[in-house]
Amino acid sequence: MSTLLSMSGVRKVYDTGAIQVEALRGIDLSIDEGDYVAIMGPSGSGKSTLMHIIGCLDVPTAGRYELDGEEVAQLSEAQLAEVRNRRLGFVFQSFNLLPSLTAQRNVELPLVYAGVHPAERRERAQRALERVGLGGRRDHRPGELSGGQQQRVSVARALVTDPALILADEPTGALDSVSTRDILDLFDELNEAGRTIVVITHEHDVAERAQRTVHIYDGHLTDEAAEIPALGRAV
Amino acid sequence: MEWRETVRTAIDALNARRLRSALTMLGILIGISAVMLTVGLGQGAGSSISDQIGSLGSTTLTVSPGQTSSGGFRGASQTTTLTTRDAEMLADPTVTPSVVGVAATSSTMGSLQSSETTWTSTVVGTTPAWLTVRGREVGTGRFFTEDELNSSANVAVVGSETASELFSTGSAVGQQVLVNDQPFTIIGVLAEAGSSLGGSDDDTVVVPSTTFAERLSTSGSATSVSTIYLQAADDDSLSAAYQEVKTALLSAHQVTEEDADFTVSTQTALVEAASSISSILTLLLGGIAAISLLVGGIGVMNIMLVSVSERVREIGLRKALGATPRVIRRQFLVEAGILGLTGGALGVGLGYAVAAILSPAIGITVAISATVTLLALAVSLAIGLIAGVYPATRAAKLAPIDALRSE
Repeated sequence: MSTLLSMSGVRKVYDTGAIQVEALRGIDLSIDEGDYVAIMGPSGSGKSTLMHIIGCLDVPTAGRYELDGEEVAQLSEAQLAEVRNRRLGFVFQSFNLLPSLTAQRNVELPLVYAGVHPAERRERAQRALERVGLGGRRDHRPGELSGGQQQRVSVARALVTDPALILADEPTGALDSVSTRDILDLFDELNEAGRTIVVITHEHDVAERAQRTVHIYDGHLTDEAAEIPALGRAV
Repeated sequence: MEWRETVRTAIDALNARRLRSALTMLGILIGISAVMLTVGLGQGAGSSISDQIGSLGSTTLTVSPGQTSSGGFRGASQTTTLTTRDAEMLADPTVTPSVVGVAATSSTMGSLQSSETTWTSTVVGTTPAWLTVRGREVGTGRFFTEDELNSSANVAVVGSETASELFSTGSAVGQQVLVNDQPFTIIGVLAEAGSSLGGSDDDTVVVPSTTFAERLSTSGSATSVSTIYLQAADDDSLSAAYQEVKTALLSAHQVTEEDADFTVSTQTALVEAASSISSILTLLLGGIAAISLLVGGIGVMNIMLVSVSERVREIGLRKALGATPRVIRRQFLVEAGILGLTGGALGVGLGYAVAAILSPAIGITVAISATVTLLALAVSLAIGLIAGVYPATRAAKLAPIDALRSE
């Protein structure tokens, strides 16, 4: 299985003027295609910073980061935007759907920025919505959908560009237990179909679903041994 | 990201904040319609002034008694320093070769009495040359002749307005009218001339100067005249005629230029003075209108800044999903441009509507040309875009994580 994501010696220092905060102190991480990885850590551990760097929302202060065969640590903002658009799908804790747009148009959004033709855009968004079981809710606005349904729309939005990696930041943090199970089941299905998924969470029942859990504490990765072999695939 | 999508997204965003967008557009709307109306008024006044140049005749010179400061308007003077002798001298081609026509006029207010009604009008005593020198035409009937002038005939030619006031039904030609209790026969009605800077030219009674001197004059002197109108051969000889007339009169009256007892003026000088006043007014009003447009532009910038800080999360999300800084900047520029252009288009509409109502109400044509309309639209779009540059740049510079973080 080929390597999708590899980090070595990644450091991130926030310069807040008087004090320098070292959020990441040398991260080495490798994720293969088809992996389902949970990143766990308490608040202040550097978990969010790591997620931002994995998601190409921020660049490391030092170190190398290669995603899907491309060195992304030194890219410009515009180039990063393209990497996010082509290779990544985001699922946020608070869904981050645009309230004025229908589910359909929310899902189409990444394709709009990819320059996909409207007719193809519509068709792909419909397929993604059907994939998450919301084929019948295309014309609903986020306000007309339940929390679980909204998160499904955002999973559809993450899927629609057929990205190399789905990055979920506390995807169940705002959901009740039923919706949580729903979304986690959906992730399982997607992973079984071959999707690479990285979930950032502090909930153990979420992390348990992953094949592998990575712990981050004080800017270091610790205890990366907790591997759960799944589907007969050695990690 | 294609333009169509950008425009659609911008319209959606403006639609989501309808009241605010409308109020922002109002600033541009008022500014644009104000500018259009001022420019329209200026152009309307300009064209009515140039119409008057035509109607007055740009080759006409006017000699009036008394002295005025140069360039100023003057009222009717009571001094009587001009005489029929002056007029005869000025008609002599050896004295004033550039002058082709001379008409001396005396005038007084006359009370008119027809079989139907009474009316008050200006009564002018002059010579048959008056018609061509003043650039007038007879509508019905005829003008008086040299014979009638020499025989002091009691004949009168009246303006179209006077005719219709005196004789509401039927033709005035051939009718009798009492002018200051003197009986006159109306032999002609002048064609309409419209109103000029001096008031209506259609309310007047023209009689032979001899008859006027004998029967109507109140000045006491039979030979004094109130104004001498002269016609230069053509536009080019106007200034030559001006000099000839001035020199001839100065030597005839034996005065120097400093204490001249007459004033020679050309119609174009009057019209130029009027034009310059109207263009100063246009400039002044246009300046005020431009300031209101500037304020409208600041309003657009203000609201776009508010919009950017309100939509930090949306901007962050769009960036996370692949929008480049360039795309975000364009998004907000297009929004600001649409605010400006829509406000401008509505302003143009309002401008046309107000012009349509105002023109008949104030009697001045408000001429809004297609060029002005297109210019107004271009300006409103430009204002929106310029006002949008700073907010759009700020939006483009937002870091996606900072944007997503703000809850």
